[in-house]
Amino acid sequence: MKKTLIAGTALIGLYAGPALAETIGISIPAATHGWAGALNFHAERTVERLKAANPELDFVLTTTSDPGQQVSDLEDMVATRNIDALVVLPFESEPLTAPVQRIAESGVWVTVVDRGLSQEGIENLYVAGDNDSFGRTAGKYFADTLEDGAKVVVMRGIASTVDNERVAGFQAALEGSGIEVLAMDHANWNRDNAFNLMQDYLSRFPEIDAVWAADDDQAVGALAAIEQAGREGEMIVVGGAGMKEMVDRIRKGDKTVPVNVTYPPSMISTAIEMTALGLTGAAPMSGEFILASELITPENAEKFYFEDSPY
Amino acid sequence: MSGTASISKNRARGARRPDLRVIGPLVALVALVLIGMALNPNFLSYANITNVLARSAFIGIIAIGMTFVITAGGLDLSVGSMAAFVAGLAILVMNALAGSMAGLPVLLLGIALALLSGLAAGFINGILITRAGIEAFILTLGTMGIYRSLVTWLADGGTLSLGYELRELYRPVYYGGLFGVSWPIIVFALLAVLGEVVMRHTAFGRHCAAIGSNEKVARYSSVAVTRVKLATYVILGLLVGIAVVMYVPRLGSASATTGLLWELEAIAAVIIGGTLLKGGFGRVWGTVVGVLILSLIGNLLNLTDFVSPYLNGAIQGVVIILAVVLQRDTGAAR
Repeated sequence: MKKTLIAGTALIGLYAGPALAETIGISIPAATHGWAGALNFHAERTVERLKAANPELDFVLTTTSDPGQQVSDLEDMVATRNIDALVVLPFESEPLTAPVQRIAESGVWVTVVDRGLSQEGIENLYVAGDNDSFGRTAGKYFADTLEDGAKVVVMRGIASTVDNERVAGFQAALEGSGIEVLAMDHANWNRDNAFNLMQDYLSRFPEIDAVWAADDDQAVGALAAIEQAGREGEMIVVGGAGMKEMVDRIRKGDKTVPVNVTYPPSMISTAIEMTALGLTGAAPMSGEFILASELITPENAEKFYFEDSPY
Repeated sequence: MSGTASISKNRARGARRPDLRVIGPLVALVALVLIGMALNPNFLSYANITNVLARSAFIGIIAIGMTFVITAGGLDLSVGSMAAFVAGLAILVMNALAGSMAGLPVLLLGIALALLSGLAAGFINGILITRAGIEAFILTLGTMGIYRSLVTWLADGGTLSLGYELRELYRPVYYGGLFGVSWPIIVFALLAVLGEVVMRHTAFGRHCAAIGSNEKVARYSSVAVTRVKLATYVILGLLVGIAVVMYVPRLGSASATTGLLWELEAIAAVIIGGTLLKGGFGRVWGTVVGVLILSLIGNLLNLTDFVSPYLNGAIQGVVIILAVVLQRDTGAAR
């Protein structure tokens, strides 16, 4: 038992490769829902592309399904792979802040993606989508197109900072528009939960003019429930994140799904590419890089449709 | 068999004088229905009732099988992941076959595959528990992780969706029905009646209870312990397959989040229904009531703004505990 352990450690040591190569560690949540799946897809593609383009770059990619495991992954990366840079999408902000801070203090370049740490100034580079703008863009569309007194139901995601920021942006955009928000409940970014929640919204409210599903998985569930109740045409459904099925409906001019709001999972590619550039090139890369949420409309939908993406 | 006689005697006595221990889950269910009626006039509408019953069907069908497993002193944590995996596999194969065959044969093959792979998955669980002697909790915790990863892998981290034509063809299995009652409700009801009959009136049901209450004594009483235990897991696997057959046509998709925590909801429903977690006593009708209680809580919380949505989990927890407290044995401690 002990022998295999030693042999194992020796193997890992060998595998770490030539000391001259720069190693980039990437730690992201496991593909447990559509958006995270696309995140994994884009991360793997970028790693392959960069490996082929820069033989001197080495990558360690780990996926985790809970914050505790992510902390262990980070510790392993530092201990066994001696990483020079870390690209991390924290599973949760609070528990990851101290471990990432220790890594940053040891001189490793740190790029934080999407979910900010709970303390400022730890990371060298911050790449993120704009959750406030995500909610605000959808809210602004409702305020611009719906009539005064229109009735809206909202589906929230998993209770989290991301969800709170989106909802705050949405509500801020609706202020003074005379649009009435009937109810807000959590569907946890899950199709089945959204289906059940929409069924219940439909039995509860005889009149609904719009659904802000806030996420395309939730929109899929909501649309199925609306179809079952035979109430298509009564209301519009606006999801978010730019799932290809939704973008497809938009470009075909679907009346129920008129628009969508982006929150690109390919931001992980932006983060990895910028980190690699920062390690290998001379261009300054530190600071914040915020990707705005755009409104996908029938006019521009073609630009957001990716045939081979899993999401 | 002398055990049979005493069990039926007990049952006869129970029927004469129903105490709270027996009707506890029913009391909780009726209380929830009354609260629902008071909170929202649409609660008793046809649409809402059929919605709640149909969405209970998946976990309900699985929980019927879980009742047998738990009664025989076992446990299965893998059913939620298993459902996701079986759904993913069926969708993948149906999509692959769609080009080369007509729609209906593809659909029937997909359904057969779902049933068979559920059966096989249950058999794997059962054989490893009974023959290899691995603790059910640990083994099914392991297979839970395996099936969850496999479906994530099959879906490449995303979502597996049934092709449009197959989805339209398959749709009536969830949304259609007889005399306004949708198929999932009909199947759930039939299986519940069948399960109740098997539990109460067959040697198999009594053997499950005997094994759960004392495996050694059951063995000495010439109960085929290994075979019966294996059978409970195989039946549960098959029921998972049936639940998947009803689930896939609803949204036509499966992903890594499909069936998440179904195992705990199924186990909770079984225990709320009065089956003993340590085995030895089980009742299928109680399980059905337990499943309905769990779905009704979710439904009621969606129909009102009475509590903050952040507290939904707390409300569910309180109701589960209350439902079990109601049926505590106030007489001789068991």
